[in-house]
Amino acid sequence: MLRRPEIGAGVAALAIFAYFSATTQTFLTAPGVSTWLYSSSLFGIMAVAVALLIIGGEFDLSAGAMTGTTGLIVGVVTTQWGLDIWLALLLALVIALSIGAANAVVVIKTGLPSFIVTLATFFILQGVNLAVTKLITGSVAIQGMNDVPGFGQVEWIFGSSFSFLGMNLKIAIVWWFAITALATWVLLRTKAGNWIFAVGGQVTSARQTGVPVMQTKIGLFMTTAGAAWLVGMLQLFDVSTVQATTGIGQEFIYIICAVVGGCLLTGGYGSAVGAAIGALIYGMTLQGIVFAQWDNNWLKAFLGSMLLLAVLVNLYVRRRAGVRE
Amino acid sequence: MTAETAVTGSTSGAAPPVLEVREIGKSYGSVIALRGVSASLGVGEVLCVLGDNGAGKSTLIKILAGAHEHSEGALLAYGQERRFSSPREALDLGIATVYQDLAVVPLMPVWRNFFLGSELTKGRGPFQRLDVQAMRGTTKTELARMGIDLRDVDQPIGTLSGGERQSVAIARAVHFGAKVVILDEPTSALGVKQAGVVLKYIAQSRDRGLGVVFITHNPHHAYPVGDRFLLLRRGTSLGEFAKRDITIEEMTRLMAGGAELEALTHELERPKGA
Repeated sequence: MLRRPEIGAGVAALAIFAYFSATTQTFLTAPGVSTWLYSSSLFGIMAVAVALLIIGGEFDLSAGAMTGTTGLIVGVVTTQWGLDIWLALLLALVIALSIGAANAVVVIKTGLPSFIVTLATFFILQGVNLAVTKLITGSVAIQGMNDVPGFGQVEWIFGSSFSFLGMNLKIAIVWWFAITALATWVLLRTKAGNWIFAVGGQVTSARQTGVPVMQTKIGLFMTTAGAAWLVGMLQLFDVSTVQATTGIGQEFIYIICAVVGGCLLTGGYGSAVGAAIGALIYGMTLQGIVFAQWDNNWLKAFLGSMLLLAVLVNLYVRRRAGVRE
Repeated sequence: MTAETAVTGSTSGAAPPVLEVREIGKSYGSVIALRGVSASLGVGEVLCVLGDNGAGKSTLIKILAGAHEHSEGALLAYGQERRFSSPREALDLGIATVYQDLAVVPLMPVWRNFFLGSELTKGRGPFQRLDVQAMRGTTKTELARMGIDLRDVDQPIGTLSGGERQSVAIARAVHFGAKVVILDEPTSALGVKQAGVVLKYIAQSRDRGLGVVFITHNPHHAYPVGDRFLLLRRGTSLGEFAKRDITIEEMTRLMAGGAELEALTHELERPKGA
């Protein structure tokens, strides 16, 4: 239990899977599985990145709005100004990474909690997303992405589907698995991973042993921003439109997925696989409730209960590890 | 057996002391924190620095560790005069300091803590990865050499006892090339039994040929393991004594300020016949 942060979430995921498979007709069918896997994948990519950040001792509340920002940038510069689609992708990535780095620098230089700093960024992005989109396009959504030259090629990377075992799966699911595997490798098998655990677990000790604290934290904020860019692209090229309100309100879901997956909110402990399972729990429940034809509001109540349970389990883990402050 | 018998310079033959201070002092602006302190440490010796709160112990450590530059006197390492302007310079000469907070991350496994900031890797470029096996193995053998037998180096270091954690920090310093370890109050936060564990590891380090500077305010911890004793009081030295030249009672008396303690004892006595 102590060694594997994801065990608790794994058990919960199995239980939820078994429950909805048994009680609904649709859950275990090919279209059913591909629906909840896709739903999980978009949350999962963000949850994994956010988990790394939480393990490193920080939060990013602007991560949700950032998925909208990146999609809107690509949408606006291609449909309105005719910029080459590949350049647009690059531009959106550079802007996202810069905002991530800016978050990090403000947090580190001022010593303010990242919760407050990124809350500010969140509101700025939310406002800018709406205001700028309206200013340039005159509406609150991007139209006409399908007509942009090169859309088809990019769509193959971010918006295509393939069939597997009779299921029609979206490519986002592959991205989700790849990102989870990569994050796990970085966390457990590289120096950077060691440093992430250390800066989140005990930053003074990390500094004393020569860990580059600042670089590690900047890298983490940029990773989260980069993941938001990826999810922004996956959404944009899946439905070929983007709303100016995309992503708002989802930042807490990423954090909840990470915590349900075993990350300590106080940093220094957690896993990427756990966060991916946390997102799977969310995706299965989100769709399972629809398949079961329940009132959709039960989802929020369920989410809150899962979070409370996870936090209690995490507290127990922390006590057992004998962490003394 | 007064302060005049204080010894300066090495008493252990030809080899120069690994670490020596001569009439060293430090002032912060007009505040004199330390003045006229002399002591030396030979190979395989334990120098205990004793003093009450505010005696100047932490100022002395900071000078030895390279955190603060001294403003008077001389600091010698391996017989050569030195002036440390950063902890890195002290470390490069094999002088490592283990502070009270130990610089460990409680939730991380013992082996990850052992190599934190100096991780071993294999492979190149994007395939560079941690050499987990080597790090686990080295941690286990290094700890075994200190006489610590951990069943499992994968357990979070926070689950170890205070004494064991202290010992892991010492073993880490030694593995990364320390010839001299400066221990800042390693026993002060520990119970009697755990303090005993740490004293055992100090003796073990000494037997492996390390110089140990052991800072403490407890003569009962210092006396059994120390070879020399430097007594500080209010920023000045009360002298450096070899073990044969001082008793534990006298050490306690000097630290507490001799006459003052006697006066206090007198004051606290029950009035006779009252």
